[in-house]
Amino acid sequence: MDGGYHIVVCGSIVPDPLQTLAPVEGPTGPSLKNEMMLPAVLDPWAGHALYEAAHLAKNMPGSKVWLVSLGPKQKLQQLMMSIAQKVSFELVVLDGPAGGFTDPCEVASVLAGGIETIQGLDRSRLLLFGGCASASRDAGVTMQMVGEQLGITDQFLGVDELVVQPDGTLKILERSEGGQYQVSVCAAAPALLAWATGNLPEPPNNPQIGMANMRTVMPALQKALPAKVGAEGVSFLSVELPKQRRETRIVRDMPPDEIAREIVDWIKG
Amino acid sequence: MDESNGENKVAELMSTLPGDDVRQIMWRFEERYEIQMVVQSARSIARGVVARLVAEGARNSHEWNEKKAQLLTGFDEVGLTTVFMDPEEGGFIAGPKNLALSLVAFELSWVDGGAATCSLASNLALSPIHEKGTPEQKQTYMSRCVPPLPGEDRKVWRGAFALTEPLPYVGVDTGILSGRMRVVEWKDGEEPLLHVEKRGRFITNMGFANFVTAAVDSDDDRIKGSAMIILEEGDEGSFDRGATTLKLVHQLSSTSDPILSLKVPASRIIGGYTVKEGVIIPNCNHGDVIESVFRRTRVPVAVMSSAKLLSAVEPVIRYQRTRFRGGSASSAGSPRYDLGLQQKEDALQRLVDVWACGEAGASLGFAAARLFDEFDPIEREKESILAERGIKGRAEVKMFKELEKDALEYLSLDHLPEAERDAARFQKLAEDTLVQFMIRESQANVLCPACKLWNTGYGATMMREAVSLMGGYGITEDCPGFLGQKWMDAQLEATYEGPEAVQRRQLSITINSELFLAQFRLWILDLRGIAGRRPQTGATALANAMELWLWTLGYLQGTKDADGKPLYHSQRHGVVFPFVDALCWLLASRQQILDMLVLEEKGPQNPVLTEGLTGFVTFFSDLCHVQAARSAAEVGRICAELVYGYQRDLAAIKDDDATFAVLRHKVDASLAGARLFKDRAAAAVSKVMIPEALDYPM
Ligand SMILES: Cc1cc2nc3c(=O)[nH]c(=O)nc-3n(C[C@H](O)[C@H](O)[C@H](O)COP(=O)(O)OP(=O)(O)OC[C@H]3O[C@@H](n4cnc5c(N)ncnc54)[C@H](O)[C@@H]3O)c2cc1C
Repeated sequence: MDGGYHIVVCGSIVPDPLQTLAPVEGPTGPSLKNEMMLPAVLDPWAGHALYEAAHLAKNMPGSKVWLVSLGPKQKLQQLMMSIAQKVSFELVVLDGPAGGFTDPCEVASVLAGGIETIQGLDRSRLLLFGGCASASRDAGVTMQMVGEQLGITDQFLGVDELVVQPDGTLKILERSEGGQYQVSVCAAAPALLAWATGNLPEPPNNPQIGMANMRTVMPALQKALPAKVGAEGVSFLSVELPKQRRETRIVRDMPPDEIAREIVDWIKG
Repeated sequence: MDESNGENKVAELMSTLPGDDVRQIMWRFEERYEIQMVVQSARSIARGVVARLVAEGARNSHEWNEKKAQLLTGFDEVGLTTVFMDPEEGGFIAGPKNLALSLVAFELSWVDGGAATCSLASNLALSPIHEKGTPEQKQTYMSRCVPPLPGEDRKVWRGAFALTEPLPYVGVDTGILSGRMRVVEWKDGEEPLLHVEKRGRFITNMGFANFVTAAVDSDDDRIKGSAMIILEEGDEGSFDRGATTLKLVHQLSSTSDPILSLKVPASRIIGGYTVKEGVIIPNCNHGDVIESVFRRTRVPVAVMSSAKLLSAVEPVIRYQRTRFRGGSASSAGSPRYDLGLQQKEDALQRLVDVWACGEAGASLGFAAARLFDEFDPIEREKESILAERGIKGRAEVKMFKELEKDALEYLSLDHLPEAERDAARFQKLAEDTLVQFMIRESQANVLCPACKLWNTGYGATMMREAVSLMGGYGITEDCPGFLGQKWMDAQLEATYEGPEAVQRRQLSITINSELFLAQFRLWILDLRGIAGRRPQTGATALANAMELWLWTLGYLQGTKDADGKPLYHSQRHGVVFPFVDALCWLLASRQQILDMLVLEEKGPQNPVLTEGLTGFVTFFSDLCHVQAARSAAEVGRICAELVYGYQRDLAAIKDDDATFAVLRHKVDASLAGARLFKDRAAAAVSKVMIPEALDYPM
């Protein structure tokens, strides 16, 4: 494809999964204990999407990557100190809550609105990327709704691989049941791909990339507009914790089969 | 006192462990994004490659091997190798880098001190070139040490710094060199060729270094004095890396005793040379080079030991809390199950001590690093001013002596409220590079040896305390956070780049600077102000202890012992060494308080901190108090020993005794309430939320 893709990745922060995540009832509904204070990481599925985007952009000259993030801007800034060193992108910040108790429909419309403000975005070349789920809210619906609001109807969810074929069509592997893939061929952009894990590792930090990104990241953070999402007007009838209690253990040299068996036992309760 | 007890009950406790937002404010890099990125990079390597190496037992061998070499490629990959370089040399941080390098050392040694040493040693090798090298030398070696960029086909160079020699030569006393250089060939109008013999002992990075910056003395009438010289792997002669040092510590760094016998052009003399009447005169002797190198590179080493103390907090809390889980003796929900060892006062209070010491050391170390960031450009400016005016040697000493009164005047003006001072005069002095140089230098000459000495020396002692909190686990390889290794490692941090005696010797001289003492007096005044506003910080005890120390200095300098020998004398280590130790406690404690106040002042600007700021400020203030009380008590003890210990008969110092007793009593009495703050800090430690697991392998 001439001129490459315009890849917009939707992704934000989640609390570092190693932290103690204790649900509490806050003044505006349920939340996590000390959520603002806990160190945050890039939502892992969004992370896969971002690394895939960067990889694709590198191989398709003329491509460009944007990261659209809805989250508390101060926490996003902290996250940028590592993420912005890994891949080149331009940041769009929507300053609002990123927790697990926001309404996905509101989140989706804020994200779509944010994408619409991107100057120079060529919709005909748009690949909309995101995670197929989130570590803080696993409804798996947000990206679909973002796509719908932007009028992108070619949607692929649970994507593990994207290959741009010599004729310019997109071959996409989506996860389906039982470890199998559904293989689709999409004629061209625009398309939405909500990523599962992809198959690229997290790139190492590269301060040169970081310094280059910072030139646009800091202004983006400074001019971030407050985004109103949350649970206003929503009443939570009941909030339930999973029955299985988290028990973190560190083990050495345990064979994967045994780890898998233990996890299955744990899930079964 | 009851009041504070009441406070203990109502105060908001710290909710989580302090994160990056808190540290960036305390250590003043909340607006330095390039440094924040460096921190993240260093952390990613530390808690990734480094931690895995340690967990897999890579420390159990002395030899440098391929596994350990992953460190170097790891450093290259995430940009740590180039933190030291300027952008035009291939780096990415413009301006001075002392704070950045200290933070790198902090992050790496949070996991493993040897990894930090490995990273720092490459900079140490380059430092002589960076500080005193000719422009060509800088260009050549800095750019060779930058890892190849994508598409570039070249090998990255690594260096080693060779000062120390086999016994009986240079160690602590850097003057007694056996390394030699002589002229082997000198054709008319051409570069002289030198033969260099250098045997090193305990030289870091030697297992893989491509070049060595070596300290050598002249062995030839045609070369005057000593120098540092660059030796390369490919030079004619023998570049023998020598026997590997059988280290018990820092095994992720490479150390050996090289034997170097090489022919090199005289242009390798660091800083260049001049030829006068057929004699090669190096522009910088090895002592000058080393002085300006070490005064900077010792700071990150100091920070390393403090990082380790702070890194112990989380694993110790986790161990304490889970100590009794799993057996039949306690069931979920019971205090024994939830709090474990944290039910016990001693377990909590000892951890508070470890934590307070780590905070104080980190505060002091980072303050020194920031000071050098300010100092570097001023020092360079000063050098060019002197060169321009052709002032050196005795004339330089004389000029600075004359400028001292201007510097003193600046300090007193600086301390006056703006409305009361002569603004024009103040402005003039503020813009006077030489005056500003003198002030910074007088601080740097104290802060650098102080942090190297106290952070590593007392830090090693406190690291033992941290290990003991883990019980038997502490001294196994399986101990989370590698605390046992960190304890032992601290002994090297206290030794290399000048062991404690070297720092004490330096301090025993530099503390006498009138400029330093003038600042010290102003610091006491400032602390009195702080004590008025924020008595909970322990500032009163600290100010009183500083007063006592200052008085004792005057006493020691003006008094003779029972046998009529002067007390304050640089060779009288029994007096001056403990006395400078006392100062270190004061400096660390003071800086800890200042950092806490900055957090209190600037914290509200960060929305992430709104929720927990009060808890953090209260806790850090309590730690300040714990440390201030400890410091005050230590200073009281040391001063008492020195004042009374050298007299057989109290009558000999009757008047002095009366003054001392009043000052000492003031110190002791200002400990009122200190233990209550410790209780509150301990309560916070028992409640603070910690992660489920350590974020690095073990
Ligand atoms: C692992 C490791 C890595 C090292 N890396 C390097 C390197 O890369 N490059 C390099 O050049 N060196 C390196 N060194 C050497 C290190 O700097 C020296 O070991 C250190 O300076 C101490 O010198 P020394 O071993 O000769 O001790 P000594 O000088 O023998 O000291 C022994 C004791 O005597 C005391 N003492 C000595 N002289 C005095 C005095 N005048 N007054 C009072 N007390 C005194 C000391 O404080 C110490 O307690 C390394 C050492 C180690 C162990």
